[in-house]
Amino acid sequence: MSALINLAYLLSAALFIFGLKGLSHPRTAVRGNLLGATGMLIAIVVTLLNRQIIDYKLIVAGLVVGSAIGAVLALKVRMTAMPQMVALLNGFGGAASALVAGAALVETMLAQQGAPVDMLVATGASGLIGGVTFWGSLVAFAKLEEIVSGAPVLFKGQHLLNGVLLAAALVACGLIVYEPANTNWYWILVAIASVLGVLVTIPIGGADMPVVISLLNSYSGLAAAATGFVLTNNMLIIAGSLVGASGIILTAIMCKAMNRSLANVLFGGVGAVAPSAAASADAVYAGKIKAASAEEIAMVLENARRVVIVPGYGLAVSQAQHSLRQLADLLEARGAEVVYGIHPVAGRMPGHMNVLLAEAEVPYEKLLEMEQVNALLPQTDVAIVIGANDVVNPVARTDPNSPIAGMPIIDVDKAHTVVVVKRSLSPGFAGIPNPLFAADNTLMFFSDGKKAVGDLIQAVKEL
Amino acid sequence: MDTVVVSVTIFVLAIFVGFEVITKVPPTLHTPLMSGSNAISGITIVGALLSAGTQHTTLTTILGFAAVVFAMINVVGGFLVTDRMLKMFRRKH
Repeated sequence: MSALINLAYLLSAALFIFGLKGLSHPRTAVRGNLLGATGMLIAIVVTLLNRQIIDYKLIVAGLVVGSAIGAVLALKVRMTAMPQMVALLNGFGGAASALVAGAALVETMLAQQGAPVDMLVATGASGLIGGVTFWGSLVAFAKLEEIVSGAPVLFKGQHLLNGVLLAAALVACGLIVYEPANTNWYWILVAIASVLGVLVTIPIGGADMPVVISLLNSYSGLAAAATGFVLTNNMLIIAGSLVGASGIILTAIMCKAMNRSLANVLFGGVGAVAPSAAASADAVYAGKIKAASAEEIAMVLENARRVVIVPGYGLAVSQAQHSLRQLADLLEARGAEVVYGIHPVAGRMPGHMNVLLAEAEVPYEKLLEMEQVNALLPQTDVAIVIGANDVVNPVARTDPNSPIAGMPIIDVDKAHTVVVVKRSLSPGFAGIPNPLFAADNTLMFFSDGKKAVGDLIQAVKEL
Repeated sequence: MDTVVVSVTIFVLAIFVGFEVITKVPPTLHTPLMSGSNAISGITIVGALLSAGTQHTTLTTILGFAAVVFAMINVVGGFLVTDRMLKMFRRKH
């Protein structure tokens, strides 16, 4: 029987891998996700056949309650709130792993079999990673949902305190191995990890949330893998390490897109203090800003052969993505080619902007990556920047002393004409002025995103 | 061979497989990738079910029950929301 169960688990693990492979293309992705879900179903059903289970009442209750909450969350969540949702799910995964490892430790001690060292080490790892993941994710959720301020919370001696807590957590791990019969050490470890999870997440600012969510995603996988070591269950190890690898890759992509090291994101607290460069905003903008009306911009768009739209999170905030697609349809009907240039950190999590545009029924073929769109921009008639700022700031290329120096940007300034839709000249997350707004080939359209696009649609129709 | 060595071998190989598979996911699908892989990390449900159902002590049963709820939110919420997003990408005009 045990061999059959393990073979079924192997099948589940294989389905997870096929499922993730399916995500390599939008066409096969829905099927891939279903394969993954099938793998999960097989794993759950096979586990329920285990003869050690003597009571199903609580199990059924837990399955029903968890499924109901999960289904409501999944069906109700707005696409703009997807980062919060993923943060919450990361946290729940971490919590579940820590609870399972704790229960396994208590069970092993009760049976008085004595536990091997590797199992105890894994238990400690699961409690530590799980606790940090759960509380770190709750803080990330609260920041994204704006229950607490998204600004970095910094205080004196923060790194020292975190260092002391980490050391204390490692000592607690040691005590679990040294004196496993005293299961209190495990709960002390989880308590320390919880405080650590909160403290390591509060200094991270809103703009860095894509990195944090990716990292916590990775942790939730590693916690599951650690629990796999605790239970000597290879499928848990495989599934957990797949997720761990995925989170690490996304973290690296996000860091690269901001030209910052992971350490800088985690300990830097960027945005906490306004850079002194902000004072020079007047020097950058004075007398050089050309504000344009919807009619003037429509005339520019009239003869455009290629239009590149560069959306930022401001687009989603003003819920302008649907009208934006209508504008694009209109321009295409007039013979223009319209594509979208998506910066990797354009949303609040990796790929977020793509989901928001897909929701507005923009075909995925039109969503170009930064490198692809940068190749097109020198031969582009009009680039429309809407709700984005730092990711199109040419200072990243030109000023080595800028806080965003070296950050890869979308080179909209190379287009023939740039239209920037923005409420005011206020700076983005980096807190610095953007010379793009004062460039000779830039027209500023000062308006709310959704209203601006609506006015443009009207003006283009009247051409 | 020692069980732990087997487990570590599987762990390391699975990470390599993970890197190979995940690097092929296009940036367009990174959000569904995160929610979908999140659902997969709910695989802890397997351990949670055993703790909740074997009834060693009241404590382990409660821990198991709580873990079943958390993991199930992760599994059902993760796969469902991923499906919802991916269907948006599949729409044709």
